[in-house]
Amino acid sequence: MNVLDIKDLTVEFPSRKSVFVAVDDVDMSVEAGKVLGVVGESGAGKSTVGNAVIGLLQEPGHIAGGEIFLHGKRIDNLSYKEKRLLRGRKIGMIFQDPLTSLDPLQTVESQLVETIRTHLPLSAKDAQKRAVELIDSVGIPDPEERIKQYPHQFSGGMRQRVVIALALCAEPELVIADEPTTALDVSIQAQILELMKKLCEERNVAMLVITHDMGVIADITDHVAVMYHGDLVEYGETTQVLGAPKHPYTQSLISAVPRPDVKVDRFPVVNYIEKAGTPQKHIDISTHWLGKSRDYEQVAGPLVQIRDLDMRFEVRGSIFPSQRKYFQAVKKVSFDIEQGETFGVVGESGSGKSTIARLITGLYHPTGGSILFGKTELTSLTNRKDVLAMRRQMQMIFQDPFSSLNARMRVRDIIAEPIKFHKLASSNAEVRQIVDDLLDHVGLGAQAGQKFPHEFSGGQRQRISIARALATRPRFLICDEPTSALDVSIQAQILNLLKDLQQELGLTMLFISHDLAVIRQMCNRIGVMRNGELCEVSDCDELFEHPKHPYTRELLDLMPSLELLSRANLETV
Amino acid sequence: MIGFATRRLIQAMIVMLVVALLAFTMFRFVGDPINQMVGIETSIEEREALRERLGLNDPIPVQFLRFVTNAAQFDFGTSYQFRQPVSELFAKRIPATLELSFTSALFALVVGIPMGIYAGLNRESPVSKFFLSVSLIGISLPTFFIGILLIFLFSVTLQWLPSFGRGDTVQIGSWWTTGFLTISGLKALILPSITLGLYQMTLIMRLIRAEMLEVIRTDYIKFARARGLPDRLVNFRHALKNTLVPVITITGLQLGAIIAFATITETVFNWPGMGLMFLQAVQNVDIPIMSAYLLLTAFLFVAINFIVDILYFYIDPRLRVGRP
Repeated sequence: MNVLDIKDLTVEFPSRKSVFVAVDDVDMSVEAGKVLGVVGESGAGKSTVGNAVIGLLQEPGHIAGGEIFLHGKRIDNLSYKEKRLLRGRKIGMIFQDPLTSLDPLQTVESQLVETIRTHLPLSAKDAQKRAVELIDSVGIPDPEERIKQYPHQFSGGMRQRVVIALALCAEPELVIADEPTTALDVSIQAQILELMKKLCEERNVAMLVITHDMGVIADITDHVAVMYHGDLVEYGETTQVLGAPKHPYTQSLISAVPRPDVKVDRFPVVNYIEKAGTPQKHIDISTHWLGKSRDYEQVAGPLVQIRDLDMRFEVRGSIFPSQRKYFQAVKKVSFDIEQGETFGVVGESGSGKSTIARLITGLYHPTGGSILFGKTELTSLTNRKDVLAMRRQMQMIFQDPFSSLNARMRVRDIIAEPIKFHKLASSNAEVRQIVDDLLDHVGLGAQAGQKFPHEFSGGQRQRISIARALATRPRFLICDEPTSALDVSIQAQILNLLKDLQQELGLTMLFISHDLAVIRQMCNRIGVMRNGELCEVSDCDELFEHPKHPYTRELLDLMPSLELLSRANLETV
Repeated sequence: MIGFATRRLIQAMIVMLVVALLAFTMFRFVGDPINQMVGIETSIEEREALRERLGLNDPIPVQFLRFVTNAAQFDFGTSYQFRQPVSELFAKRIPATLELSFTSALFALVVGIPMGIYAGLNRESPVSKFFLSVSLIGISLPTFFIGILLIFLFSVTLQWLPSFGRGDTVQIGSWWTTGFLTISGLKALILPSITLGLYQMTLIMRLIRAEMLEVIRTDYIKFARARGLPDRLVNFRHALKNTLVPVITITGLQLGAIIAFATITETVFNWPGMGLMFLQAVQNVDIPIMSAYLLLTAFLFVAINFIVDILYFYIDPRLRVGRP
């Protein structure tokens, strides 16, 4: 018998002007001990399904039609109080971000005990005992010790284990996991997924996993439901849906997932997803401002040479040097970036990849080592004019498209700012023309310049960031996780755009990512970082086919296997 | 923790020294202290003798050191107008001000916090909107106006409560007088404490409301609900506690403000506290009282700030225990 049955579920969000249908006539069900994945891109309504089941729809959203059954008992029409008694007791929930889903002011124990005692008639002492057992069962060492600690004393992966323990407190029959591993590193993700799968089987719990990540779907789900704009477009066994997708949306979604196994020239982009931003008007680079006067001094050999780069941050300050504590973010790192190549840096969070980017651009000053850019030693530059000249040659694209653009400026002014600052154009009319062309070239169209950043989606904003980076006519582009906040289909478009621009303009790129598949598609050579040290540098294919360093091998093993995914019959555009 | 407290203590001392320097400068250089003390008929020789006796001919650093040493022992010299030691004058006035401030702070907290919680949790309810409108009045009307309004309504028209003074007081110990123990003393407290505390009450209410709205949106509150915890636990154990850090900061500072700047309320209600004395001292250029008041106010703020910093440690475990 199915634990969860959703029949013809429709969820509506009325607004002043119209009614937004977030979930439209969706059916799905989960059996005990099985995992159902709900996959889709942002705005597909997948989280709304989860919230509707647990009865936590954000106001003014409400269930407009359909029925939800838990073990054959209808639960969507229960009163507020009855729904509250289901939450935690019959239905557990796991949230995306383990760093924010625990109350920072309460010990893990007190949060566990209050949840246990809310649902089960246990004494404080028994509840404590049960809490320790739970913490032990989710694989946290020294449960008696750790349980007395506060959430901030746990790492991200450990906190997610605590969250799972909290969700399992009262032996629920159904667990809803909303993007349970999105905020975690690959190695932690693999552990958490394994733990979830194990608990699901051991305790015979039905699990609903909501995710945008095909890797997660392929790894742990038995069935999968693909959602698109509130509709359920495909539903079936995971092997069936991923191996032989029937619906064109599923096909395009799968094709957009970067392949870790083979390097392809371009990412397949299927227009089904979002109107791909094709340049409305191509600029002839050879005659246009953007392509002209790239009169940088010519260098033979590598463009960037990094030698023994060191960076440490003061963790605890003191007037006595012996009392100070440091965190060594980058340790003796050396590598070269050849002209015109894309050099990839891959590693988990905290490995020092972003610190390297910031050291090269001069946002941090290194505590040791040298950075040679062309013929100039960046660490010894003091003259403001020289510094500016160097900064003009290198530009950066940041990870978060929402906070990296000034929300109070029009897009046109955002892009014009670097041109005016570096005095790269002679008149305001010329600046205006350049900005329009740049916007056209990155696929947004000149009229986008009138708008403010909040009027754009994440992918469009990242295009604005790219246009802004190009506005100084740089020769070196640093991309720090440029697509990790984007949906796969949008990611494919942005990465294609970056590839095109690199070819047209002969850019040299430093590409930082935690995603091995993306790195494989984008980079010529790759450096693997761990705890501030560079473990291995080698050619892209060499690294993936014959990894030398044990850590590289470990990372490659942890990649979710995407062998299930059908790659057949998909044309690359 | 101990290291942190020591550091804060050293900083507090530096602040106090700077304020002492200001007070000393005022005392020594705003007019000639001798001229203020003696009459016109005093001869130049007598003045010189007095100057020598008071140590005003010593080098400035020595004088400052003496000033600080004396101040640390609560010796602020002699008032020009009353010819009495300043510390004695303050001792007589402090109980009145402290009792008034304590009552109004209590009023602000006891009324403001529940109103803030309610308005934060029931954002759309008519009662919350009513609270917000009322709080606007509390913030926008000046203190003296509210005081006069209250006197007009409750003392003049209705004749329920006294319009000035402390009522009957009871002597406790050698110098503390209290109005808490007599009916007339308690009655006399009502109007001034409402007047003084109204602004702080609205401020605390609005602050709690804003913080509650912020915290209610966080993931850990959503997760607490998803675990099926009853609303009482979610709202009070999880949400309220997380709003407290900024609230304590502001409340602490406001408490300092209530004590130090009760001047206007004390004037309106003719309340025999420090503020009233300070006002009279300003009118009569009674420098010793003014510099002592300055030091006392600064001390209050520094002390309250110190206590607030220590309180953070008890509320926020992230400050208490280091990261792994």
